[in-house]
Amino acid sequence: MQELDYPFDAEKIIKGKKRLKRQLLESGKATVKKKIAVLGGYTTSDIVSCIELFLLNNGIEPVFYESEYDRFYQDAVFDNPELESFAPDIIYICTCVRNISEFPKVSDTRERTDELLNAETERFRSVWEALESRYHCPIIQNNFEYPLVRRLGNLDRSDYRGAVNFVSRINAVFDAYALEHEQFYICDVNYISADYGLKKWSDPSYWYLYKYAVAVPAIPYLAFNAANIIKAIFGKNKKGLVLDLDNTIWGGVVGDDGAENLRIGPDTSEGQMYSEFQRYLKGFKDIGVLLNIDSKNDEENALQGLNHPDSILRPEDFIVIKANWENKDSNFRAIASELNLGEDSLVFIDDNPAERHIVREQIPGAGVPELGDVSSFMTDIDRSGFFETVSLSDDDMKRNEMYRENIERDKAVRSFSNYDEYLRSLEMKAEIEPFNPLYIQRIAQLTNKTNQFNLTTRRYTLSEIEDIADSDDYITLYGKLEDRFGDNGVVSLLIGRKEGNTCHMDLWLMSCRVLKRDMELAMADVLADRCLEAGITEIVGYYYPTRKNKMVENFYASLGFERVSLDEQGNSVWKLPLEGYTHKNTLIELL
Amino acid sequence: MPHEEIMKKIGEIFCEVFDDDSLVITEQSSAKDIEDWDSLMNINLIAAMEDTFGIRFALKEVSDMQCVGDAADIIERKYAGT
Repeated sequence: MQELDYPFDAEKIIKGKKRLKRQLLESGKATVKKKIAVLGGYTTSDIVSCIELFLLNNGIEPVFYESEYDRFYQDAVFDNPELESFAPDIIYICTCVRNISEFPKVSDTRERTDELLNAETERFRSVWEALESRYHCPIIQNNFEYPLVRRLGNLDRSDYRGAVNFVSRINAVFDAYALEHEQFYICDVNYISADYGLKKWSDPSYWYLYKYAVAVPAIPYLAFNAANIIKAIFGKNKKGLVLDLDNTIWGGVVGDDGAENLRIGPDTSEGQMYSEFQRYLKGFKDIGVLLNIDSKNDEENALQGLNHPDSILRPEDFIVIKANWENKDSNFRAIASELNLGEDSLVFIDDNPAERHIVREQIPGAGVPELGDVSSFMTDIDRSGFFETVSLSDDDMKRNEMYRENIERDKAVRSFSNYDEYLRSLEMKAEIEPFNPLYIQRIAQLTNKTNQFNLTTRRYTLSEIEDIADSDDYITLYGKLEDRFGDNGVVSLLIGRKEGNTCHMDLWLMSCRVLKRDMELAMADVLADRCLEAGITEIVGYYYPTRKNKMVENFYASLGFERVSLDEQGNSVWKLPLEGYTHKNTLIELL
Repeated sequence: MPHEEIMKKIGEIFCEVFDDDSLVITEQSSAKDIEDWDSLMNINLIAAMEDTFGIRFALKEVSDMQCVGDAADIIERKYAGT
């Protein structure tokens, strides 16, 4: 819903909250439910209702537990049957600078201010540790905005007795905790309050009237920022950018003006801005965002533009380049399909409002940010939160490389007379083993991101995966696949729950980057072996249909399972007796 | 801005905030008359009026407000510049 996409009209959201919620619920956009506990240090009512809108807009239907006013500490540290029975999927601690118990005085010694710092951060640490041990779920913690006033002026920052200094030190301790704890995330209020304007953000009248530490018109910005973290944790981030060329990543029209006359590079102020924008875009590659081009141009001209000596983005930075005279929306679709990604997982960047309109209308769920002129392109994209990063895995950093290898493989396949011959030429090797701590983060990430080849679409948090990995009641397997073009990383997961002589498949998923490589057969073989070793005689598989997983509707049939039931919603149950199981994979060597 | 026009706009704000086009708002309307009108809704109404009329209510004005007519009077005064 465009009213909730950045840049939004915050006042309109506050005014239209009830209507927006009704419309979002009617649209049926939300497909997963999540339980969110908001523990506040001030009034959080409108923050909760705005987070709800932004999450609904991202396909998540939240249910909330909201602490009483300023009860975040008590709710976390003491027994709390209500919160325990609520069993949150995520906890958001919404606190502000007014929740800091004691600031240094100018007469304090250095040691005294250290004690104060320690007391304050220990209070928060006890909150986090209590929550972590009771609820094993991700925690989001606001850091602190700067104080509204600074009595010592500029010295307030640099001197240990200053309030600004004290807040900065506390925030640094919070950061250090986040760095050490995988499921702990900072909601950077310090940044967004600066971005909004601290004086307006912390307008005291809202505190004295309603006990809001954030001005009411600023609440949507805080809620949007928190909702971005939540949707990222639940795997709802976008995965790639689809970029226009002319007047989007350089000034001018390459087909008309000629590559040599494009405005890019150090010679003009406009060219410098485009360079900065290109550098910003290129940086997305490092966090695993896939770059692609969708441009109305002859391909030759497009490549000439990208080979301009001052162009920072080069042809090899892109996975798919569509430079032709097709409609933008059909190119957009083609890019998604070549990448094996959902159309709603890509973001369209184009300076032309008409093209944005077409893509927005034709492709539901695609990210299509409104853009100002080149001087604001970066912030327009940046503030939209499409690629909110909650962790940096090696896999993210290598993703562009992997997708490019895939395109190479696609080219290679064309030169073989039959598909088996091609697969054999890949010299595939797989490592298929029980879940191991080394890959736990990637495993949790995969359960939250995989939509298409996913039989049950069960989502797991990191701590749930850890528990399952440690339990004797489960058979778990991850599969890592490499071939002569490169390492695909961990691409397939199985979780089987043991019950007597039966193994129930709670989870079976595979990343689409290795479709049609027989990896699913190799996984099935190892699963059968492990089951037999554990004395299991029968495997039961489940298929729960979603909007995205139709491709595996008959997956169990293809493995020789027999269907035992099918209900009206399309949910089906499948059985495979293991006696006489013969291995199916012939192409992948097991390591 | 004439008082009637202010009241008309306030009426529209209430319909939007309560997502109910059938609401009829008069000078005497107060939190007692509308079921959903609690203190939290009140915050949204104040914010919406401030945005629509491009004004800010003073702290005391908000705490003293008893009914819709009070809000309309304050807005009218702010427009008249007194």
